[in-house]
Amino acid sequence: MEHVAEHHPDHESPHTSQHVPEQRITLRIDGTDHELTVDTRTTLLDALRERAGNTSPKKGCDHGQCGSCTVLLDGRRHLTCLALAVAYDGAEIVTAAGLAGPADEGDLHPVQQAFITHDGFQCGYCTPGQVCSAVGMLEEAGRGAPSHVTADLEADVDLTDEEIRERMSGNLCRCGAYAGILGAIRESAGR
Amino acid sequence: MTANSVRAVAMGTAMERVDGREKVTGRATYAMENDAELDRPPLHGWMVTSRTAKGRVLRVDASDALDHPGVVTVLDHTTAPRLASTEDRELAVLQDDRIGFRGQIVALVLAETPESAREGARLVRVHEQAEPFSATLEGAETYRPDSSSVGSETDTEQGEVDAALAAAPVRIDHTYTTPHEHNNPLEPHAATALWRDGTLTMWDSTQGVHRVAATLAPMLGIEPERLRVRAPYVGGGFGSKGPPHGPEVAVALAAMWAEGRPVKLAVTRQQMFPLTGYRTQTVSDLRIGAEPDGRIIALEHAVTVQTSAIKEFVEHAAVPARMMYAGEHRRTSHRVASLDVPVPSWMRAPGEMPGMHALEVAMDELAVAVGVDPVELRVRNEPEVDPGSGNPFSNRRLVDCLYRGAELFGWADRPVAPRATLDGDWWVGTGVASATYPANFFPGNAARVTALERGRYAVAIGAVDIGTGARTALLQIAADALGVGVAEVDLAIGDTDLPFATVAGGSSGTGSWGTAITQAAQQFRADHGEAPDPGVQTTSTAQSYPDTEHLAMHSYGAVFTEARVHRWTGEVRVPRMLGVYSVGRVINPTTARSQFLGGLVMGLSAALFEESVRDPRFGHFVTQDLATYHVASHADIGDLRVEWLDDVDERATPMGSRGIGEIGIVGTSAAVVNAAYHATGVRVRNLPATSDAFL
Ligand code: FES
Ligand code: FES
Repeated sequence: MEHVAEHHPDHESPHTSQHVPEQRITLRIDGTDHELTVDTRTTLLDALRERAGNTSPKKGCDHGQCGSCTVLLDGRRHLTCLALAVAYDGAEIVTAAGLAGPADEGDLHPVQQAFITHDGFQCGYCTPGQVCSAVGMLEEAGRGAPSHVTADLEADVDLTDEEIRERMSGNLCRCGAYAGILGAIRESAGR
Repeated sequence: MTANSVRAVAMGTAMERVDGREKVTGRATYAMENDAELDRPPLHGWMVTSRTAKGRVLRVDASDALDHPGVVTVLDHTTAPRLASTEDRELAVLQDDRIGFRGQIVALVLAETPESAREGARLVRVHEQAEPFSATLEGAETYRPDSSSVGSETDTEQGEVDAALAAAPVRIDHTYTTPHEHNNPLEPHAATALWRDGTLTMWDSTQGVHRVAATLAPMLGIEPERLRVRAPYVGGGFGSKGPPHGPEVAVALAAMWAEGRPVKLAVTRQQMFPLTGYRTQTVSDLRIGAEPDGRIIALEHAVTVQTSAIKEFVEHAAVPARMMYAGEHRRTSHRVASLDVPVPSWMRAPGEMPGMHALEVAMDELAVAVGVDPVELRVRNEPEVDPGSGNPFSNRRLVDCLYRGAELFGWADRPVAPRATLDGDWWVGTGVASATYPANFFPGNAARVTALERGRYAVAIGAVDIGTGARTALLQIAADALGVGVAEVDLAIGDTDLPFATVAGGSSGTGSWGTAITQAAQQFRADHGEAPDPGVQTTSTAQSYPDTEHLAMHSYGAVFTEARVHRWTGEVRVPRMLGVYSVGRVINPTTARSQFLGGLVMGLSAALFEESVRDPRFGHFVTQDLATYHVASHADIGDLRVEWLDDVDERATPMGSRGIGEIGIVGTSAAVVNAAYHATGVRVRNLPATSDAFL
């Protein structure tokens, strides 16, 4: 938005594009292929939420600062709000909805069940992102990826509380459910 | 009838959140996620906000925006539908050309896609005429408000405060400040609205569906029954979603303009800073006069806050000093500066949080001054009756909380002197603070009980679960009130089509709604007996619970923390926090624990990180996202422990419970600051306690 205070001369008219470039992409979302027509400005998050109708990933900030939009993208945890959909044609996305079985009867992913057991949430808005992040993080730790607090970069990762907290710090929880989240991930990590 | 107390079977038993499955899969539908219920694709709104802090909108030039593909219209103060009432200047959105703060809504773009709406908003050119403004509390002229924003008295005075202070053997006299803070629920404020056949339906991210309807319907010139508000899931609120704010009016106006077509409007994280409320900065001038043994003779808490010139909100930070500790001479006061700034509002424990921060740091200073253990000092200052009102306390167990906490925490091992423990490069210390919160009960709640087939019951109330666990706790309450198992009850909440419910705020929700449910269930049994025919129904409105008028009813707590402060960098870490609370009966230990823990985390966050910085040159918050407005992340949290006393307070509610949503944040920041003092000998009187304070 251009704001022009009265005592300043008008700025030049901003450039206006005459048409919105659109592109067709295919995303495999929770096991189903979706052919989507997206605006080239569409983020992966909005492609999921507004185009594909999958609102499992949440929009907490749209700025890569909260983690609520985390999904598993080609197997790795990934923020979808800072990603442009057109750059991910052909990607495989698993949301928290896809980690579980179908809505009514299906089993939850063990991490999801652990979140419930440990009450690792209150409002639930950060939760799908926390769950995806936890699943991705456990895989990262399992293959020995170090974190900022890992002392020995060569050794297997020992998922201490400090490691879990550090590795989960990209996912903010304003409800402050961190103690429950920690408990859920400890259990999922077999501790 | 009024409700009788209830035998607790489900109540008091830990129960998993009934909506856990929806939440961990992301299938729970928040305000922007109800497209499945819409029969037409929605329009997407994007707000354009003012750049001047005070002045007038001369012209909104939407020509470029309208040329942009997908943009359908741009509403401004000349084109938006008219409101029937514009008295509330915060809610009088797009009604005239006046600008009261920087970041105010001055236009609303509606487009076919969110991308076009956003680009359209960028292309709108708003010509604003700036006027001189004031956006700084320091040095500003203040006035005496008629009352605080919870209706409490502005000022109180007992005894001869000045003389007693002057004569007191020991005096503490300091100024404590807390900064502007923003609630920042993780789900941004948002709503979907549809105006069709003279009825407005809103899926709103709100703490109170009936409150939104009652506020907006008269402004929109429609009967309240013509405004249906639904809030199936709400991603946190912490007060900011208590009263409706400007964006809810904007989306309602847009829906009326777009008649028949739904409109979705999400407030961006950045726009939340000026538009959806915040806790005002507070300045507490605190004076305590005491005997050499620490007993308080005189206490003065003078609070200065700011509000917006377009709407008054007075943070009642001096109120807890009226009831917390003994002392014959006492003065409390609130003064306010009216500035050209965004409208402050409710944030978790408004009043108590900043007020108790100041009081509890001052108490720590007094403990040091008289050489009395901080726990013992508080015990010595236990009042016999509420010093402010003279009323007896109903269930004051602060001392029990302090002693139990001290035992659990290992408080006795602590060295007396500050700056006594260096562990590697870290100074280590411990701190304590008291917590309190009033037992609020909001009257007028109603609930409906319907008999279903096979011994099942439907219970309905327009309450909202913003994450508190109300959906689960109310089920437990309903089951016990009906004398059946929780599996026999279907609970419906979050919709103005259901019986009237007050807002989820002031730690009043579960108590006030639960009382209505209990009373309706008892009335239902009286009307229809133990084996009712399917379909029979009772709706009843709760009376105020009896016996409360001449009692001082509060909850209490004690918070203990360990702080470690790095000797070279000043970094503060808090490896341990413990809260012990007296809150009456805990309905659901699982969700209650999360409430307390969440309060501790938010209190820690306030102690160390949270601060909204306003640029006085422009009048806006420059920290307006989660990268610049810091909230506690997972790595900031250490071991958290919560316990509560075995309590049943049947004078508060028929369930024996008091509220628990806010008390966890009260006193917590003081406990952290006091621990940091014990670690380093450095007294921090201004929040947040950032590392520079220790260098
Ligand atoms: S919405 Fe993507 S990080 Fe916040
Ligand atoms: S559960 Fe509410 S933000 Fe995490």
